[in-house]
Amino acid sequence: MANLTLVQAINLALIQEMEKDDRVLLLGEDIGLNGGVFRATEGLFQRFGGDRVVDAPLAESGIMGTAIGLAMGGLRPIPEIQFEGFLGPAFDQLTNQCARSNTRTRGGLTCPLVLRVPVGGGIHAPELHSDSPEAIYTHTPGLKIVMPSSPYDAKGLLISAIRDPNPVIFFEPKRIYRAFREEVPEDEYTIPIGKARTVCEGEELTMVSWGATVVQCMNAIEQSGRSIELIDLRTISPIDTEAIAHSVQKTGRCVVVHEAPKTAGLGAEIAAGVMENCFLHLEAPVQRVCGFDTIMPYYKLELDYLPDAERIGKAITETLAY
Amino acid sequence: MPINPAFTTTIDHVSILDEQGNFDSSLGDGLIPNEDVVAMYKHMLTCRHFDEIAFKLQRSGRMGTYPENRGQEVPSLAAAYVLQKKDWMVTCYRENAGLFWRGLPKEKILLHWMGDERGNFIDECNVTPLAIAIGSQMLHATGLAWASKYKKDGAIACTFFGDGATSEGDFHEAANFAANLDLPVVFVCQNNGWAISTPTKLECSAPTVAQRGLAYGMDCIQVDGNDIFAMVKVVKDAVKNARENNRPTFIEALTYRLGDHTTADDARRYRDADELEMWQKRDPLIRTRMYLEQRDLWDGAKEEEQLDLAAKEIIQVVKNAEEIDAPSATDFFDSMYTELPPELQKQRQTMRTSSLGQDPSQIEQTNEVRNSTNG
Repeated sequence: MANLTLVQAINLALIQEMEKDDRVLLLGEDIGLNGGVFRATEGLFQRFGGDRVVDAPLAESGIMGTAIGLAMGGLRPIPEIQFEGFLGPAFDQLTNQCARSNTRTRGGLTCPLVLRVPVGGGIHAPELHSDSPEAIYTHTPGLKIVMPSSPYDAKGLLISAIRDPNPVIFFEPKRIYRAFREEVPEDEYTIPIGKARTVCEGEELTMVSWGATVVQCMNAIEQSGRSIELIDLRTISPIDTEAIAHSVQKTGRCVVVHEAPKTAGLGAEIAAGVMENCFLHLEAPVQRVCGFDTIMPYYKLELDYLPDAERIGKAITETLAY
Repeated sequence: MPINPAFTTTIDHVSILDEQGNFDSSLGDGLIPNEDVVAMYKHMLTCRHFDEIAFKLQRSGRMGTYPENRGQEVPSLAAAYVLQKKDWMVTCYRENAGLFWRGLPKEKILLHWMGDERGNFIDECNVTPLAIAIGSQMLHATGLAWASKYKKDGAIACTFFGDGATSEGDFHEAANFAANLDLPVVFVCQNNGWAISTPTKLECSAPTVAQRGLAYGMDCIQVDGNDIFAMVKVVKDAVKNARENNRPTFIEALTYRLGDHTTADDARRYRDADELEMWQKRDPLIRTRMYLEQRDLWDGAKEEEQLDLAAKEIIQVVKNAEEIDAPSATDFFDSMYTELPPELQKQRQTMRTSSLGQDPSQIEQTNEVRNSTNG
């Protein structure tokens, strides 16, 4: 056991999987000698060499497209896009090529790769370094999408993602890369993709979140003093509808919290799922606490944009009073 | 201070068998054994016939949109002739001749254009399915070559694209990755003069498309793409450079599509009849036949015999494509993931039984809740 930050847990998972499976190689911008701009790949270049930790040219479509070829060629590439804001140039290769490969070849050419992407706001970063685009990729059939909220989960989910035979986007919430430490077992372990985690049990209300906002939810729940069940999705696609339904059927109330804009965000999908599965159990409308339908502001105002314990607390009060 | 050239180079153009049938022995002798020239000519005839039949299938409503390959048989065939079995061929959609030479069953191409993904399931040879998004495939070829280099299996990748595709960013990223990372890729640009209706000069204002590769530090060459000998020569050199030195090469093959862009296009709207007539004389089949006839390797009887064989073969190919069992409607679910997630299982099971794609037991469940609430 070691007391690790989330970014250290990712580093450990990469080391262990690279040692175990020589098909695994990393490619991305500044991931080699520099260890990545967030140091997620620190020491890996020295440990595994330049053939397995490859500093790619500054070209996101190139990183994504060659990773597809590497995967088709029998390897397990882990491309990194430096920030979620730079997914744009990789979008075509990711959605039109990677996500479709398996089905358009009827299983002939699969595309097992893990696309690592730091995501979200809250670290005083420049423009285009703070968005939460997970819903866009959830709306892309063929991808799996994972977002850990703790160091322990980061390691177990990343190992599962690397071993998964499908393409997986592994979103890393940069706000909690170093926000806290947690005991992370040295031994390898996996956390199943597609299964949510009940962070705390409660009877009065179900709260659903993922990534960095899970921490804000925990603060809000503590401050409210109410009996609230918090579900951390861990995997955004496929969503663990069953875990949400099971909880909401018990509590009758549901609040979804995410950083991304409200309209057509995953909160809407989760609310629709609650309608499908829990309609007659509901005591109140499903509430959403989200980013606003605006462009993510520069960092002076980013905390006004991001859901915090205060806004989440209001949703708790309103939903319980309904 | 003097101004000196920092870098100078030239782009060579290679031609061995020209449209009049003149053959440059100094470059061409011993390049391709005669029996192989005969085999390739036979193959071209069969592919030309396949193309005509595919066109007719579309016109008679038996197949969807189809891009005629007519006139562009040589570049991909030459590459397929040179490549080894373990190599990858990563194509666009005017490379039927090369794909068939490598062993792709012909009905798979028909199935693709008949709107059936089973045409893309390929386990016969190392080729990828036709790339519809222009330029997308060059990065995959670069990644495949990278995987081969990493695994040290000695294979290379050869990728095909048009002149228009060299305007796409993905071409430039693929060329840059291949050159910087020392990857065994052969880039073959089939410059047929037109990107649908846009002439090459609007895609590239440099005197040659070939020189686009120079910017990335790779060897570049221009070749008569309707000349099987010249094509085989430049591909051989490029493959050697890839296999022995892990270096990419850019080949610009000058050719022409004698048909429209696809069956949905009418090239008369933008192409001069004179231009088409000029290129009809440069048809690769005409000059290959001249080469063979000059050496008493071919005659009218052999031509007739081969056309007859081709007709018989393609009848069977069409039959195979048309008589395949209808796909099951659930097929489009089944390869989305290696294991179907619960929501997709539900949608698959109930696609015809519920408007919401939901498990019908949901209705029973809600009835139970309603009853207990009322009670």
